Amino acid sequence: MANIKINGNDHSLDGLDPTMPLLWALRDHAGIQGVKYGCGVGQCGACTVWIDGIATRSCLLPVAALDGQTVTTIEGLATNALHPVQRAWIEHDVAQCGYCQAGQIMSAAALLEKNPSPTDDEIDSAMRGNICRCGTYVRIKSAIKTASASMVASALFYDATSTEETPV
Amino acid sequence: MSHDNKTLNNPDRRDFLKVSLGLALTSTGGVSVMSLAAAEASGTLNAYVQINADGSITIYAPNPEVGQGVNTSLPMIVAEELDANWDEVVCEAAPIAQHYGMQFAGGSLSTPMRWDELRKVGATARTMLVQAAAQEWGVSQDALSTRSSMVLHAPTGRATHYKNLVSRASLLAVPAEGSVVLKTPDQYQLLGNRVVNASAEHIATGQPIFGIDAKTPGMVYASFVKCPAIGGVAKSANLDEIKALPGIIDAFLIEGTPGPYNFDIRESYTTQSGVAIVAKDTWSTFKARASLDVDWDLSAASKDNTRDIEAQALKALAEGKVDEEIERVGNVDDAFANAAITADATYTTDFVSHAQLEPQGVLVSAATGKVEVWTSSQTPVFITANLAKLLSVSPKEITVHQVRGGGGFGRRLSNEYVFEAALISRKVGAPVKLQWKREDDMAFDYFRAPTYYRLQGAVAQDGQLTGWKNLLAAASADGKKANYGASYRPFDFPGKVIKNVLIEQSFVPSQTPTGAWRAPISNVYAFAEQSFIAELAHATGQDHEAFLLNAIGHQGHIQEDDPASLNTTRAHAVIKAATRAAGWGRELKEGRGLGLAFFLSHAGHIAEVAEVSVEGKSITVHDVWVAADVGQVINQSGLENQLQGSVIDGLSTLAAQSISVVNGAVVESNFDKYPLLRMPQSPRVHVDVLNSGYSPTGAGEPALPPLAPAVCNAVFNACGQRIRSLPISKEGFTVV
Ligand code: FES
Ligand code: FES
Repeated sequence: MANIKINGNDHSLDGLDPTMPLLWALRDHAGIQGVKYGCGVGQCGACTVWIDGIATRSCLLPVAALDGQTVTTIEGLATNALHPVQRAWIEHDVAQCGYCQAGQIMSAAALLEKNPSPTDDEIDSAMRGNICRCGTYVRIKSAIKTASASMVASALFYDATSTEETPV
Repeated sequence: MSHDNKTLNNPDRRDFLKVSLGLALTSTGGVSVMSLAAAEASGTLNAYVQINADGSITIYAPNPEVGQGVNTSLPMIVAEELDANWDEVVCEAAPIAQHYGMQFAGGSLSTPMRWDELRKVGATARTMLVQAAAQEWGVSQDALSTRSSMVLHAPTGRATHYKNLVSRASLLAVPAEGSVVLKTPDQYQLLGNRVVNASAEHIATGQPIFGIDAKTPGMVYASFVKCPAIGGVAKSANLDEIKALPGIIDAFLIEGTPGPYNFDIRESYTTQSGVAIVAKDTWSTFKARASLDVDWDLSAASKDNTRDIEAQALKALAEGKVDEEIERVGNVDDAFANAAITADATYTTDFVSHAQLEPQGVLVSAATGKVEVWTSSQTPVFITANLAKLLSVSPKEITVHQVRGGGGFGRRLSNEYVFEAALISRKVGAPVKLQWKREDDMAFDYFRAPTYYRLQGAVAQDGQLTGWKNLLAAASADGKKANYGASYRPFDFPGKVIKNVLIEQSFVPSQTPTGAWRAPISNVYAFAEQSFIAELAHATGQDHEAFLLNAIGHQGHIQEDDPASLNTTRAHAVIKAATRAAGWGRELKEGRGLGLAFFLSHAGHIAEVAEVSVEGKSITVHDVWVAADVGQVINQSGLENQLQGSVIDGLSTLAAQSISVVNGAVVESNFDKYPLLRMPQSPRVHVDVLNSGYSPTGAGEPALPPLAPAVCNAVFNACGQRIRSLPISKEGFTVV
């Protein structure tokens, strides 16, 4: 059956019930527990992961629908250093209980990877699928803006250095 | 720094104790040093403070962490008095053990109940380290000072880290009670600062630190299906068919205990009847439920219908049916007879669910005589004794581990899911991870009770509020006393402030279980009281703020010896701070309104002002200004987070949250029918913390009650429509 890449590693989903949502395959079989169960019906976003870079609810996605795709979870978001979104989340002390935050971070990081300087409305619409029961929206928004600023700044820095270093 | 995931994955850390000064509270409230030998022999981590060989200092938070931040704020209290370098502090969840006292999280009490105790622990450890340094250097203690985990001797410039003094300090006698001096607030270096939560990095990187993440070898997974009509008993089910499904290990009935299911968090170990499905993974249990066919005996099940409860309640209020007098002050009849203006209004609120984002779940190993529990309970302290009775084992055989919970709000005060898992584990002979579905969590909550208040007010010729009547209809399982949270408890305002007060109640039958929901009673009563005060101000042509300040009066601290009692000076200060920040009285655009409310609950004096705009029936909440006096601030960042979150929670609940019950069964099953506030609906929240110098209170609850009346008062101000029912969707309003 399905073979997928999870956080850069190949995983076989052989032997799993093909209707099992990716959420439970990750949590109970792949040992990846950062992804959370909140509602199981696509309403809360606690189970958000990236499928080929797109923020997706894993609670409704049967493993049979996945083959050859790349799954990134909160555990795989940081490559060498923490992702700017993770850093901003810590700096702004966003979390209360923290249960929703892996999903929030995956949605926010997906937004900023595509659109590094979103407007308030773009933030709202990208984040509306993620519920925070503890009500940390005020800080989530500030943290996204901080992460955005740092991603834009490092992109500029990278552009500047690469222009300098690359003879045209 | 935090290592809180270690408690899950690596509980055995004896080597961590090798060089440590273990300080524990004794049952008499004194502080004792755990000798290293004793600590090692017991193999437990039973102390608040450990100074480790590498210079790090482990500080244990005794109370459960469910998002209120005590895993950070409680260690901060110790660290302050210890003069520990916060960058070297590791915050850990304490094990559940008798010498940690009341290990629970409720009533915003974690901070106030630990305030003296933890300061004493920190100060005692500091004193002993200073004594050790004095001995080592042969100098007087008086010439020594401490800073950032170091003892300093100014005359000679000598300095040494605490880690170098531990061995000597742990041989010293514990200083006598009273000989240890606590800091005065002006000496605080850490308290009041913004400190990032100790688990922030673990959360941001997805570490497995929650209840749902707990694992133990040999663990199997379980789902427990109860009767939709609460209290129905499973007579039989197609168990053979279920057992034949893929991944299923076992399926069986659990008899349960008969209802009504009262909210008894100390003594109860009742479980409802149902069918347990045990499998090799979570999904198999969920999937099998679709094939499950149960024959329920409904004879003892709840027959509740929310429509009937509401209709009976409103009828009782309209007819003035009184079953019990709660409070009587002065002479209300005279006050109403002599009033210039009187008003009469009825306010209602519905059942609501806690909807903490992590549905109930627990890991219990009860296969053998030794029982182990990993739980995010808000009352782990009450588990051992009840579980011992349920399983007929000695309490000594039970170990309870506290694990971070994905939200609490009062939902995790009751431990019925622990008892369910224990019964299932015992039957299957393996450790069991019980996972409630969201649908289970919503159907079998201890809900916030519905409430119905008929308020009447009398205002004298001089504009003064002189009479107050409140007849409430309370849901009651037995017709003799109100169900939890359905009634009223005497508050300082109005009882000790207004001259003539009468509070009475009438009972309406209801079997649906209710319990503590963030700021119980206050969360609904504040809506009625603070909206009605605005109604009275309006009816008498007075400015709401002026009328409110006048109604509260100037008595000062109503009960000097009770820090939780009303202090009119503190009340005035927060009201004025909130209105000042919001620009109370400023010119507003058509369709915009400002609304104010004040409430004292859980020792927190809080005022809030909301600014809204109303278009038709669509309400946009633009800004909320919160002014809070919760006494001494421990962690400014954590405190502000709680205040902001309470505002969002208050708005979320008032918008469209309602649990309805038909023939004893809950109708709403998930977030599609029970909506939580989302980011686009979320207002800006401005927080002003007034540091009044009083001893601290917890901040998880008190900022919630004023939100609903502040918003509804703003709606009235914007469009002239008075909302008297929560959620406001009942009156056709939506929050956009
Ligand atoms: S668990 Fe997937 S959206 Fe809620
Ligand atoms: S932090 Fe608790 S649900 Fe978001």
